[in-house]
Amino acid sequence: MTKVTMTVNGRQVSGEVEDRTLLVHFIRDKLGLTGTHVGCDTSQCGACVVHMDGRSIKSCSTLAVQAAGSEILTIEGLAKDGELHPVQAAFKANHGLQCGFCTPGMVMTAVDMINRYGGRLDEKTVRENLEGNICRCTGYHNIVKAILAAAAEMGAGRQAAE
Amino acid sequence: MYATNYHRASSVADAVRLKGASEDGKYVSGGMTLIPTMKQRLAAPSDLVDLRHVAEMKGITVSGDTIRIGAGTTHAEVATSAELKAACPALCHLASQIGDPHVRHMGTLGGSIANNDPAADYPSAMLALAATIVTDRREIAADDFFTGLFETALEDGEIIVAVSFARPERAGYSKFPNPASRYAMTGVFVAKAAGGVRVAVTGAGSNGVFRHGGMESALAGNFSPDALAGVTTDPSDMLSDIHGSAEYRANLVNVMARRAVAAAGAV
Amino acid sequence: MGAEGIGARVARKEDKRFLTGKGRYTDDMVVPGMKYAVFVRSPHAHAKIRSIDASEAEKMPGVIAVLNGQQLLADGIGNLICGWMIHSKDGSPMKMGAWRPLAHETVRYVGDAVAVVIADSVGEARDAADQVVVDYEELPAVTDAVTALQPGQPQLHPEAAGNLIYDWALGTSEADTDAAIAAAAHVTEMKIVNNRLSPNPMEPRAALGIYDSAEDHYTCYTTSQNPHVARLVMSAFYNVAPENKLRVIAPDVGGGFGSKIYIYPEEIVCLWASRRTGVPVKWTSDRTEAFLTDAHGRDHVSTVKMAFDSDNRITALKVDTIANFGAYMSLFSAAVPTYLYATLLSGQYAIPAIHANVRAVYTNTAPVDAYRGAGRPEATYLLERTIETAARELGVSPAELRRKNFIRSFPYQTPVIMNYDAGDYEASLEAAMKQADWAGFATRKAEAEKRGKKRGIGMSCYIEACGIAPSAAVGSLGAGVGLWESAEVRVNAVGTIEVLTGSHSHGQGHETTFAQLVADRFGVPIDNVSIVHGDTDKVQMGMGTYGSRSGAVGMSAIVKALDKVEAKAKKIAAHLMEADESDVVIENGELKVAGTDRSVPWFQVALSAYTAHNLPAGMEPGLKEGAFYDPSNFTFPAGCYICEVEIDPETGKTEIVQFVAADDFGNIINPMIVEGQVHGGIAQGIGQALLEGVHYDPQSGQLLTASYMDYAMPRADDLPSFQVSHQNTPCPNNPLGIKGCGEAGAIGSPPALMNAITDAIGNNDLTMPATPQKVWAAVHATH
Repeated sequence: MTKVTMTVNGRQVSGEVEDRTLLVHFIRDKLGLTGTHVGCDTSQCGACVVHMDGRSIKSCSTLAVQAAGSEILTIEGLAKDGELHPVQAAFKANHGLQCGFCTPGMVMTAVDMINRYGGRLDEKTVRENLEGNICRCTGYHNIVKAILAAAAEMGAGRQAAE
Repeated sequence: MYATNYHRASSVADAVRLKGASEDGKYVSGGMTLIPTMKQRLAAPSDLVDLRHVAEMKGITVSGDTIRIGAGTTHAEVATSAELKAACPALCHLASQIGDPHVRHMGTLGGSIANNDPAADYPSAMLALAATIVTDRREIAADDFFTGLFETALEDGEIIVAVSFARPERAGYSKFPNPASRYAMTGVFVAKAAGGVRVAVTGAGSNGVFRHGGMESALAGNFSPDALAGVTTDPSDMLSDIHGSAEYRANLVNVMARRAVAAAGAV
Repeated sequence: MGAEGIGARVARKEDKRFLTGKGRYTDDMVVPGMKYAVFVRSPHAHAKIRSIDASEAEKMPGVIAVLNGQQLLADGIGNLICGWMIHSKDGSPMKMGAWRPLAHETVRYVGDAVAVVIADSVGEARDAADQVVVDYEELPAVTDAVTALQPGQPQLHPEAAGNLIYDWALGTSEADTDAAIAAAAHVTEMKIVNNRLSPNPMEPRAALGIYDSAEDHYTCYTTSQNPHVARLVMSAFYNVAPENKLRVIAPDVGGGFGSKIYIYPEEIVCLWASRRTGVPVKWTSDRTEAFLTDAHGRDHVSTVKMAFDSDNRITALKVDTIANFGAYMSLFSAAVPTYLYATLLSGQYAIPAIHANVRAVYTNTAPVDAYRGAGRPEATYLLERTIETAARELGVSPAELRRKNFIRSFPYQTPVIMNYDAGDYEASLEAAMKQADWAGFATRKAEAEKRGKKRGIGMSCYIEACGIAPSAAVGSLGAGVGLWESAEVRVNAVGTIEVLTGSHSHGQGHETTFAQLVADRFGVPIDNVSIVHGDTDKVQMGMGTYGSRSGAVGMSAIVKALDKVEAKAKKIAAHLMEADESDVVIENGELKVAGTDRSVPWFQVALSAYTAHNLPAGMEPGLKEGAFYDPSNFTFPAGCYICEVEIDPETGKTEIVQFVAADDFGNIINPMIVEGQVHGGIAQGIGQALLEGVHYDPQSGQLLTASYMDYAMPRADDLPSFQVSHQNTPCPNNPLGIKGCGEAGAIGSPPALMNAITDAIGNNDLTMPATPQKVWAAVHATH
C-alpha cells in the first residue's frame, strides 16, 4: 500500500492505495465522489474524465499513484456556491443529457474544450473534440448544442469582463 | 490489473536505476496504452517506473534545420506547438489525430514509438522523416528502430530520451481511422527532404510500420499525387480483420498516400 | 398550456443531480460490510463441465467464498425463464432448454457463468477467479442461426431438436399468399439480414444483494427498467425469496434500451451469495462482460417476396424469417420476432395478403432479446428496403410507390392482427420531403459528383406498435404477465404532491414529464410535485418502462388517478364554498365556483382533506388516489425519415449530410424531451446501419467484438445534427391522445440510411452495417 496525497476539488486529500489502484477508483471508493463513472475498460467512453492540473484526462487509465501531487477537478467541484457552472447550465437548458451516466465526463470534456478553444468553437470542432466521449442516449445533438451555447455564453462573459 | 509497484523517476539516470532494480519492470509515461493493457491483464510488470516527471525528456526545440522532440512530450504539446507548426506542420497534424483530447493530454511520443503498436501513428512519421531515436545510451536510426509488431531495437532498460530529425522540405500525413477504435486502419506519412522522398505506412502492414519503396521511387521524380497512379500495394503484405480485408487496406494505402502528398505543403 | 403544463418545453427537474455528480447509480451504493463478486465465465462457446476446483482460489487473500452451480441447485434456486409462450404452427409449445444462473453441467456460450468469487475487493476477487480451475470437455459450436438449423450441427438443448425453438406463422394462409404472388404483375424478392447488436447503455449492469438474517429479508439494488417485474420473477420462478421478503430497488439507471428489462443470473447470484456468505455482495459488469452477457438485439435472416399488380399496388407479402435466440431463451425473447415483429409487417401500406413464417433458433451465442424497437425495427427494415428496391425495379419514384399504397382510412385492420386506430402517413411524408428539399436533390447530387463524391437519398416510412399492451390481448397471445400500469397520487396536507408510478425512468425524463401532467391539472408548480419510482417498497406493483409505454400506459394511469383526486378535491371545495360540485373548476392553483369570485386555494383543499374538520358528510379523510390503467389497444406512432449521404468512392466512407425525421406521436407533453428521444433513437439506428455489428468467430464461437476497440459505437463526429418535426393525429384510445416516442428513431432510421447508400452506389444488396470496407467493395463490384 502506498500513501497518496493530491488536491481534489481544492481540498488536499490523502489515502492508502494499492499501486494498481486506478485514479477513478481512488476518487469513487476512497473519496466517495461517485460522480466520476466507469463505462468501459479500453479507454474509449470518457465517462471517467476529470481534470488533472487543468487538463482533461481519463481517470480509468491513470493510476492514483501517478496523480499524486497533482490537482484534480471532478464533476463535484465544478459548481460554485450552489450555482451551476455555465456548461452545466447549458446542458440543462439544452437537454444535453438523458440517463446522466456519461454526463459528468461530457461536462468535464466540454469545460476543457472551451478552455482550449474559447470562442473559436464551431459544430465540427465540437464533434471532433468529443471523440473520446460516448453517449448512447442523446445522439449528441443536444450535447453539441449545449457546448456551443456554453462557449458563446462564456465568451460573452469574458468579453464583458474585459 | 495484477499487483505492481510504482516508482516515480526524477531523471533519466534515476529511471534506469529504478528499472534495473526491478524484477520485471516497465517504464510508463502517459500510460495510455500500458495501463489499459494491464487492466486487461495482458501485461503484468512487477514494477512501473514513471517517466512523466523527468524534465530532461520534455520539450520541442527547433534549431536551424534540426528538430528535436523530447520523448516525454505529449501528443497535445506536439499538436499545438507553434515552433513545430512552422517547421513540420504534418507532425502537428498527426499528433492532433491520435486518440482523443484526453489521451493526447497524457500520451507521449516516446511511449508511442517504444510500444510500436502496428496501428499507432508516430512510427510512420519517424520512418518517413528518417528520424534519429535518441536513447540514454545511443542513437538509433528509425530504419533500424522498428523491428516488428510491438518490437523495437530497444534493449532491456533502454529509455528513449528524444527524437530528432531534419526539417523536411514538404511532409504530409493522411489517416483512415478504424471506425471502432479510431486507431489508424491505414496512415501514410510522406516526407520530401534533401535525402529524397520517404513514404511510411502504419496500420495496414502485417509486419507493422513499413516504408513503401514503390511509392518512394515514383515520388522521387515527381512529388505529386498523380505520380502514385500506377503504384500498387501488395495485399499479401497487409493485415486482414473484421474491419478491413487485405485488399481494402492495400487500397487505403494508395488513397491515403495520394492524400498525404496532396496535403504536403511546402514549409 | 401553462409554462409548466402539457406541451411546454420544461427543462428537466432531474438534471441538477446528474450534472453535479450526485446521481445515484447501483455501483455508487456502498453498505457496511459490502464485498465484491467476480464471475468465473466460460472461455468456450460450448463445453461440458467435468469439474470445478476452487481450492487454490479459496486460499487467495481477501477471498470470502467461491460458489458454484451445484450449490445453487442444491439451494433450490430455479431456472431462468422466458415469460412469453409461443406455439408453433403445429400447435406444439416452444421448446425451452434449461438456463441455470450458474452452469453446472454444460456451458453454451462464451461468457456463460460457472462460478462466483466473493472477496474484499474487486482486484482480489479477480485474482482468485483466475485461479478457479474448470475442467472443460470442449464441444463443437455453432453461432449463426441459419447454419444451426442444418442437419448435423451441434445441438444445444435436448429439449429443442435441431436447435429449433419454434416454427410459427401469422397472417393470411400460405396458399392464398402464394396464389396472390403467382398472379402478380411484378414480384420483388430480397434477402434481408438484420445485424446483431449490443445495446450498450453507458452504465454497465450491476447488482447489490443484501441479506438481513434477522428479518430473513433481501434487498437488491439493480440496474433494472422494471424492478417490480424483477421481484415477481425472482420470487415466483427463481425461488430467491417470497415477494414480501424481497425489496428491489432500481435507483438511477444509466440507460437500458431493453437490455435492463431482463433478470440476469448476476442479480440472482448476488442475492443468493449474500445469504450464503452473510455479507452484502456487489457485482458490477465491466464493458467486456457487458458485450459477452448483456442480451443482444436483432439478428434476423429473412427472405421476402413483395407482389404488385399492374397498377403498382401491393397485392401480397410473404416473409420467412430465421431469428437467432442465442444459447438461452431470455425473458421476453419469444415475443420479439413474433408478436412484436410479424404484426407490423403491413407497415403503412394496405396489403391484402401477408404471410409470415418465423423460426427461432438456439446458437452458441449470448441470449438475444428486445433492444430498442424490438421486432419493429426488423419489420420496418425489411419492408422499407423491399419497397425501395421495388420502386427501383418498377422505375417509379419511391415516394409515389409508397403514396399509392398508403392506408388512408382508419381504423384499419391488417391481416396480421393489428388494428390501426389513427394516422396520416401522407402528412409526415410531405413534411419530410419538404424539409429535406427532396426536389433539389438532383442538383446537389450533380454538385457532389464534381467533387468526386457519390450522393444518395433514401426514405423510410415506418409504423410501430407502442403502448404495450392490452393485458387480455397479450395474455391470449402467450404473455405471462399483464401489461397495464399503475399510479398513485398522494396530495400532502400542504398541497404538495407525490406521484408513485410503476414506470421507471432511466433517461426518459419522467420526473419532469409526469410532473407536468400534475402541474397542468392542479396549477401547482412542478417543483411541488415529486415523482417516486424504482423501489418496490415505496411503489405499488407496476410493470416498468420498455416498448415506449411510459407515456401511453404509465401516464394514462396517472391521469386516471388524477381524475379521482380531482373529483374528491372538487367535492371538498364545493363543500367549503357551499356550492354545487359540478360548478367547481380548477384555475391557476385555485378551485373556483365558475362564473363567481368565490374560490379556495389548492393547499386549503388539501389541508381540509387532512384536518377533516369540515368534510362533506360520509367522506373519508385524506387526498390520495390510486389507479391501474389497462390500455384498450396498442398505439401506432408513424412517420417518415429521409437521409442524404455522400460517399467517398475511394475509401467507401459514408458521410450523412442530412437527416430529417417527421414523426406523428399524437399529442406531446414535453416537446424538448420527445425530440431528445428521437435524436437518441436515430443515432442508434444510424449506428446499426453504419457502424455496429456483433461478430462471433464461426468456428470457435469467440466474440470478436468484445470491446469498443472492435465494436464501433456512434460518436459525435459520425453523426450530423438532426432535423426533427412532428405531425399529430391524436391517439383516440387513451386519455392524453399520445402514442409513444422512445423507439421510433431506432426503427425508422436504418432503412432510410441504407436506402440512401444503395441509391448512391447503385447496389441493392448491401447489408448493415455499411462499413467503409463493404461500401468500397460494393462500389467496385458495381463498376
